[in-house]
Amino acid sequence: MAQVTLNGVGKTYPNGFEAVKPSSFDIADGEFVVLVGPSGCGKSTLLRMVAGLEDITAGSLNIGDREVNDVDPADRDVAMVFQNYALYPHMTVRKNIGYGLKNRGTSAAEIEAKVQDAAKMLDLSALLDRKPSQLSGGQRQRVAMGRAVVRDPALFLFDEPLSNLDAKLRNQMRIEIKALQRRLGVTSIYVTHDQVEAMTMADRIIVLNGGEIEQIGTPAEIYHNPASKFVASFMGAPPMNLIDAQLENGEIRMNGSTVLTAPSDQAYAGPVTMGIRPEDVVIDEAGSTPFTIEIVEELGAHRLLHGRLAGHAFTVHVGKESLANAGEVRLQIKPDAIRLFQPETGKAI
Amino acid sequence: MARSQTRKPFKWAPVFDHTILILGALFMLVPVVLAFVTSSHSAVQIAREGIMFVPGSHLGENYSKAMFEKGGFTATIDGMVMLKNSLILGLGFALGKIIISMLAAYALVYFRLRFATFAFWIIFTTLLLPLEVRILPSYEAIQRLDLANTYTGLIVPLIASATGTFFFRQFFRSVPEELAEAARIDGAGPVKFFIDILVPLSQTMIAAIFIIMFVFGWNQYLWPTLITTDEGLFTLVRGIKQIYQTMIDANSIPEYGQALALAIIAMLPPVLIVIFFQSWFVKGLTESDK
Amino acid sequence: MKRAGFTSVWLPVALLLPQLSIIAIFFYWPAGWAVQSSFYLQDPFGFGSTFVGFENYTDLTANSEYMRIAWFTVVFTVLVTFFSLSIALLLAVKADKVIRGAKSYRTLLMWVYAVAPPVAGFMGIMLFHQHTGPMTDFFKALGWDYKILVDYNSTATAFIIVSVWKQIPVNFIFFLSGLQSIPRAVREAAMIDNRSGVRRFWDITFPLLAPTGFFLLIINITYALFDTFGIIDTLVKGEPGNNPMTLVYKVYMDGFRGNDLGGSSAQSVILMVLVLVLTVFQFRLIERRIHYS
Repeated sequence: MAQVTLNGVGKTYPNGFEAVKPSSFDIADGEFVVLVGPSGCGKSTLLRMVAGLEDITAGSLNIGDREVNDVDPADRDVAMVFQNYALYPHMTVRKNIGYGLKNRGTSAAEIEAKVQDAAKMLDLSALLDRKPSQLSGGQRQRVAMGRAVVRDPALFLFDEPLSNLDAKLRNQMRIEIKALQRRLGVTSIYVTHDQVEAMTMADRIIVLNGGEIEQIGTPAEIYHNPASKFVASFMGAPPMNLIDAQLENGEIRMNGSTVLTAPSDQAYAGPVTMGIRPEDVVIDEAGSTPFTIEIVEELGAHRLLHGRLAGHAFTVHVGKESLANAGEVRLQIKPDAIRLFQPETGKAI
Repeated sequence: MARSQTRKPFKWAPVFDHTILILGALFMLVPVVLAFVTSSHSAVQIAREGIMFVPGSHLGENYSKAMFEKGGFTATIDGMVMLKNSLILGLGFALGKIIISMLAAYALVYFRLRFATFAFWIIFTTLLLPLEVRILPSYEAIQRLDLANTYTGLIVPLIASATGTFFFRQFFRSVPEELAEAARIDGAGPVKFFIDILVPLSQTMIAAIFIIMFVFGWNQYLWPTLITTDEGLFTLVRGIKQIYQTMIDANSIPEYGQALALAIIAMLPPVLIVIFFQSWFVKGLTESDK
Repeated sequence: MKRAGFTSVWLPVALLLPQLSIIAIFFYWPAGWAVQSSFYLQDPFGFGSTFVGFENYTDLTANSEYMRIAWFTVVFTVLVTFFSLSIALLLAVKADKVIRGAKSYRTLLMWVYAVAPPVAGFMGIMLFHQHTGPMTDFFKALGWDYKILVDYNSTATAFIIVSVWKQIPVNFIFFLSGLQSIPRAVREAAMIDNRSGVRRFWDITFPLLAPTGFFLLIINITYALFDTFGIIDTLVKGEPGNNPMTLVYKVYMDGFRGNDLGGSSAQSVILMVLVLVLTVFQFRLIERRIHYS
């Protein structure tokens, strides 16, 4: 068990492409950190640098008290679960799980005991003599987990481990992985492009974009106080509504006419991008803002109303008991639900 | 209900398709069948009438003579010796090629090599020039190395082409990257990864290439003709040339029956292997060009 | 190279060593030697040699016999390639279509792959025999005074028929696998869009098979140029005389029977250049194929 420290860790390829800009953060012992971002944002490269599968070209990486920049992956005491599981196709489940131990010179009896323990924990005991080709997607995923768990490593690394599963199984495994990590208390880094996985599993989320860290925070912080337009639109489904507007004297004007009250007192004046979460809006006859509903998405537990607010596309999230018909309504928007961003840099004000 | 009683119109298309296929199959099959049938006749009869269409009574005699009667100029070799030499050439070539090219392909695909591109071009340029183009200089090289009339001289120069390396390189590149990464994290070094993971994974590919290379080696003609003048090293395919040369040289009736028997025996092992391991063979052949 | 390669330095060198040394000794050394001796005139008794520059090459182009052989090689290659490709394509299309007996047909049409060229040539000797061969009888029945080894065209016909026979299986295997890799959905879409099977073949199947066809084109040209040596040598019983022969056979005749080292080497070099051009062409096609898929 160990904490992980990244100090200016970056990756520049020989062709000059900077996949990961120098990044620094700490991961506490036993913490579950999720790296999230769109494809190509550098999250996998960052994870692979931690694993030792990719050279670190800048900064230093510590696992525990040891700097591991030049340590072989096998000697970093990490275990990794791959997106395609990377099970050895010609080996039985038992051998797949035990291979890492065997290479470390563990005795056969000890391997067998540890494999049995891991299999029991992951409900694989009946499948130990099967080959990967005879397993379902979910079972393969468990074997990949078993291979990681059996080694009792200092650090778990997950590279989009659930993206090859169907939606239902993904929800189930999400909970199981989280529960397992809690029980074992092993520090974990988990890479995903799925913001739902990030929100539900993480102790802390690191949002990456274009090789750069956009924000580090707990799921709640990230959701409620996004540090940038990118984070605001990437995290949350449906995403935060973003509207270009003008801020003057504590008032926000859209298209010159529609006026909202700015959150608290703002010293800033000029063009802004205003962000509002769809569920932070209430339909209210007495509301000040007109909204035209164009399409109603019925989701059972709630509804999404897609329409126009002062000419901009806008989405409102309402409960199942709220009315929902196309047409004109009025909205009540609380000032403290409004987030403001600089239009050019995208940073929060 | 009544409608379903009406007979469907007869379809001519399948009949046409099968006719073409049967004609094609006959085209491939008939020459060999005729050769086999003819090999059951006496030399005198074949010399007089040529290809025979009904089986004769000399089958056993022709085959046993072809296999066990000492022949050739020096009267020291029989079919069994040539069969043994053919097997040595086929197996030696296939095994040598597989081992050497697997190692080379492994080095090229899985290692960070400074001179990898250079090595790649050095090796793959050999794909450009088949042995037939450079027979004379290769023969010269063998003479200078004093390797004429040796198994080494027979087999090794044939291996000096990158076909196998090319196959394995393509195959290794199709193996998921994560497998090597998982193995590295599992503490397997390059040697362990090769033996524990890559070789078992390549089993089908190895089998397919083995079949292709065995057939290729067994059927070699030009090179053995040049490099083996010692009859004790003749292969079956090489031996056929000797037979028709004695056919021309001798004034007696040529031993057509025995010669055909030998031709059938020369065909049998590679044909049987290709038929029995058809799916591997087809897979190896068609996937090699990707 | 895989993105996460092993970093050992001496191991890959050791792994490459056997391959590289075999290539160096049995490929680069002889090839270089061929290029070098193509510029020399060798004394026939082995006493030294004289540098003659490009004379061996200019002699060849001025040599009417050599040019005649080159022309025959072209015609031979075109005919063998055309017939073996088109017959194999027809058979592959039919074998892909039929349901009953598909596997048996596949086996029956491919096993000849394993027959050695000289063995095929040997059967050719029997079938085309001047007095007793059934093919000779057949051609005579058609009114052709067929005389193998006496008449130039008769011998050439035997070369071509035996060479086509031997090459059909490879083409058949590749075409069939190409046909079977056409996605089912594409075929079904074509069935809906087009009623005529013939039109479907030319509009959909044939263009999708084109990459396989291009690839096979090169394979067949190479085959006709080089691998037919055994067939030709057997059919002419090692004594070509005035019979047609291919360029590779000429290299062999001049180098090993005529002892004309310089001339034979120059011919080898010309063939090397020819193959080089073909292969570069082939590599470009393969690159294109990758883009297709």
